[in-house]
Amino acid sequence: MAYMTDRKRAAGMGSAKSGTQHHWHMMISSVALAGLIPLFIFTFGSIYGAPYEDVVAYYQRPFPAIVALLTIAVGFIHFRGGVQTLIEDYVHGTAKKVAIIAMICLSYTAAAAGVLAVASLAL
Amino acid sequence: MVEFTLPKNSRMVTGKTWPKPDGAKNTKKVQVYRWNPDDGKNPRLDTYFVDLDTCGPMVLDALIKIKTDIDPTLTFRRSCREGICGSCAMNIDGVNTLACISGLDEAKGDIKIYPLPHMPVVKDLIPDLTHFYAQHASIMPWLETKTNAPAKEWKQSIEDREKLDGRYECIMCACCSTSCPSYWWNSDRYLGPAALLAAHRWIVDSRDEATGERLDDLEDPFKLYRCHTIMNCAKACPKGLNPAKAIAEIKHMMVERIV
Repeated sequence: MAYMTDRKRAAGMGSAKSGTQHHWHMMISSVALAGLIPLFIFTFGSIYGAPYEDVVAYYQRPFPAIVALLTIAVGFIHFRGGVQTLIEDYVHGTAKKVAIIAMICLSYTAAAAGVLAVASLAL
Repeated sequence: MVEFTLPKNSRMVTGKTWPKPDGAKNTKKVQVYRWNPDDGKNPRLDTYFVDLDTCGPMVLDALIKIKTDIDPTLTFRRSCREGICGSCAMNIDGVNTLACISGLDEAKGDIKIYPLPHMPVVKDLIPDLTHFYAQHASIMPWLETKTNAPAKEWKQSIEDREKLDGRYECIMCACCSTSCPSYWWNSDRYLGPAALLAAHRWIVDSRDEATGERLDDLEDPFKLYRCHTIMNCAKACPKGLNPAKAIAEIKHMMVERIV
């Protein structure tokens, strides 16, 4: 029980003067993914199930490789922002900071693994 | 971590079933949340039977009839009985609304009435709205000017006045904020749809000279950006307002400032 006025409790620590950049970046990555996901489904779907040599040959072409790289990179950047918001919604206290750090590590590791996989096919 | 289950002392138990009124032929079963802070017991769901032949058409009429004829200890807020004061906001059949403008015939079967969700309860159907009102006060719901006051009045064109439509009509009943999951989990920091609708009403007011300061105050990952456009607020508003749209317009103005 803390003796503070209702107004002080409502004001809290005031405005963090941030949040719009995160919102804007999520909007940009959303728009990018709206274009990239159909392209990725189209390119990946056309080679899905083909023999290994054909897949390697296909991903040595610049267009499908760039689409796959961008989809993985932008997808995990978007994932990072979205899951951070989700964690902020539901987890509070120190656990929130730990979960956000773990999630960021996971996102960048997964993005790096995806980029490396496509690069090793393409190069 | 947010709590997805109720604490032990808040779990519902079966309440008392009151007898049907003598000689009543046309009755409606109404189940009402009851909790008294003084008896130390868990909340319960009491069952009443309201004689529809001697009762008004609205849920508030049924509550008043229960209090008058059956159980005078039933506690709830009410005042205008015509949807303008916002006092009788409660959760009726799973929907936050005003009891005075909800018809008894709108519910097909029995009616279940709870207080507004996820708010501390003062008693029975009365939620504690102290924090909700303090959040409203924090957005400075008044005209802020720096220019010396004119001799007569602050002038406003008809077009600029129309920008306030859909904003100023809010009656602060709290149906929207208490239907918002983001507000349930983060009401200590998230202002909620009602306060943000009011904030937008003053941000778009052509006479107000504190637009920048108002946007500065809202520029926060929690105060504003906990809104995920779930739209429960617009669905719940008994006045037909759309707080989610107002919040989206505030976000749009925020982006306009940086891009």
